[in-house]
Amino acid sequence: MSERLRTAQLTDAPHRATRDAYGHALLELMAENDDVIVLDADLSRSTRTEWIEAKYPERFYNLGIAEQNLFGVAAGLAHTGLVPFATTYAIFIGRGFDQIRQSIGFSHANVKVVATHAGLAASHDGGSHQGIEDLALMRVIPGLVVLSPADYNQAKQAVRAAAAHKGPVYIRLQKEPVPIITSADEIFQIGRASILRNGDDVALIATGSQVFEALRAAEMLAEMGIESCVVNVSTVKPLDVDTILSVGRACQKVIVIEEHSCIGGLSEAVASALSGVNRCPILSISIPDVFGTTGSWSELKDKFGLNAERITARICHALRELDASKEARALNINGY
Amino acid sequence: MKNRPVSSFDELIDLACLIRRSVLTAIHAVGTGHAGSSLSAVEILTALYFKILRHDPYQPGWFGRDRFILSKGHGAPAYYAVLAHAGYFSPEELMTLRQLGSRLHGHPKADALPGVDVSTGSLGQGLSLGLGMALGFRALGIDNRTFVLLGDGEMQEGQVWEAMMAASSFQVGHLIAIVDRNGLQNDKSTEEIVQIEDLAAKANAFGWRTYRVDGHDFGELCAALAASASCGSKAPPSFIVADTRKGKGVSFMEGVVKWHHHPISDEELDAALNELCLSSARSVGQPT
Repeated sequence: MSERLRTAQLTDAPHRATRDAYGHALLELMAENDDVIVLDADLSRSTRTEWIEAKYPERFYNLGIAEQNLFGVAAGLAHTGLVPFATTYAIFIGRGFDQIRQSIGFSHANVKVVATHAGLAASHDGGSHQGIEDLALMRVIPGLVVLSPADYNQAKQAVRAAAAHKGPVYIRLQKEPVPIITSADEIFQIGRASILRNGDDVALIATGSQVFEALRAAEMLAEMGIESCVVNVSTVKPLDVDTILSVGRACQKVIVIEEHSCIGGLSEAVASALSGVNRCPILSISIPDVFGTTGSWSELKDKFGLNAERITARICHALRELDASKEARALNINGY
Repeated sequence: MKNRPVSSFDELIDLACLIRRSVLTAIHAVGTGHAGSSLSAVEILTALYFKILRHDPYQPGWFGRDRFILSKGHGAPAYYAVLAHAGYFSPEELMTLRQLGSRLHGHPKADALPGVDVSTGSLGQGLSLGLGMALGFRALGIDNRTFVLLGDGEMQEGQVWEAMMAASSFQVGHLIAIVDRNGLQNDKSTEEIVQIEDLAAKANAFGWRTYRVDGHDFGELCAALAASASCGSKAPPSFIVADTRKGKGVSFMEGVVKWHHHPISDEELDAALNELCLSSARSVGQPT
């Protein structure tokens, strides 16, 4: 999608949660592929796997509140040739980290780990339930593919791509409905980022539900005469380094936007990819090194600067600072 | 059973002695490895691979085979020795144990060595893997069994009890857990650290069909394993507490904590091998 989406179009787009896409994609997949099997740990009403239990009770296992066993059993099922989707909330990825590392990652077991309620979306449940470190935990496991689709359509395609991929995959999904900004028939290519908007003043590199906020921010920036390139990174690992390098070199100013801790997520992945590029300052707009707190999702996004208005203001401020420091440097050089 | 059938307990006893010698020789060669934890499991592994499991060393990828998971992955030296003597690879390769480039990793690595069904190493995870495999084979209509060997200290891992609860809940009769109850863990005895007894009563309370046997007695072991393996796929899973002795077969290693993981000197190897002559093998295990 290279043409620009206007703000009005963006906000008028139909809204749907990516967890719904998971349930719908599974129903399609299970009709096509007898090997697909679904597991949950007592969250099926929220993760949408209850839709699977209703239609395919013999291909659904609810393992109770036991995430370590959930991931271990999923790995065992994969060893029989089945394709298990092990489902929980993003916050509980940490609860089964060693099982994902050892029983799934180390064995390269063909398990799809799917987490809904990523980022701040567990909102009113408070900081104890907000999974803001899952990308860091999953990125560090060798061979694990990490997907973070932007909207309902892309999430459906991501689930299909994960099923077709031979090897472990982590899929990060959201609880809250967000506008649908990708087309339903766009095939998900693992490892490929997509440029949703062209511009050469600044690159906005975003993932998950923040892609929509980045597009809105780009509209606001354009009204101020700042043209931004918007990149949707729906595969966090393996990162599309070529696209990141190309927009980094073209814009020479990169903003990374993610509903995740500033540590270990997309910001650090992009910073690492751009570490060899000269004169390309990077700003991370993410959750600082603190826990989340209680409140509505929109209140929390505002508190942590993760809505388009706050993102735009932050970028403007950063660009002014950058100009000021350039002027200062120029003055300094002239002074000598 | 497609592997070399062994019917007499005398032959199993001789094999166990040969396997002990291989374990000690390999650990001595590399200067690292879990001798005590390997020696306690020798009869269990020998009974499985030479008497109970349906497997074929010449077709390690045979889909219908029984599966085995060494959840106590540090018992790898004994596992490798059993696989080698069963015909999966040459016993000479045992001397590459734990070395760079070897297929015999410190803990079992399935994609490195044919015959290893599942990679293990982080304690507490094998029973969940076994449960998943047994559920999967049942769903696929494959009439095989999944055996999981756990360490006794490993029973302190919470995940084991998650799997215990789920396995009986799902009535996975083709899942058989065996605990190598050698009494010692890394630091000291299990009962001095965090008590795990009464293990059989606990397993029973979790809904498992439970056995308690002398883990060095082929008669008792084989009887419990055979009874466990003949349950239907929709029945309570089976749990065998195999009472063993850490370092079994070598007098100065038996019941000594340090042999959980300790290098073996030249003199110690000589002394150990002297105790493990095939002619004296009858003292290693007593058939009933």
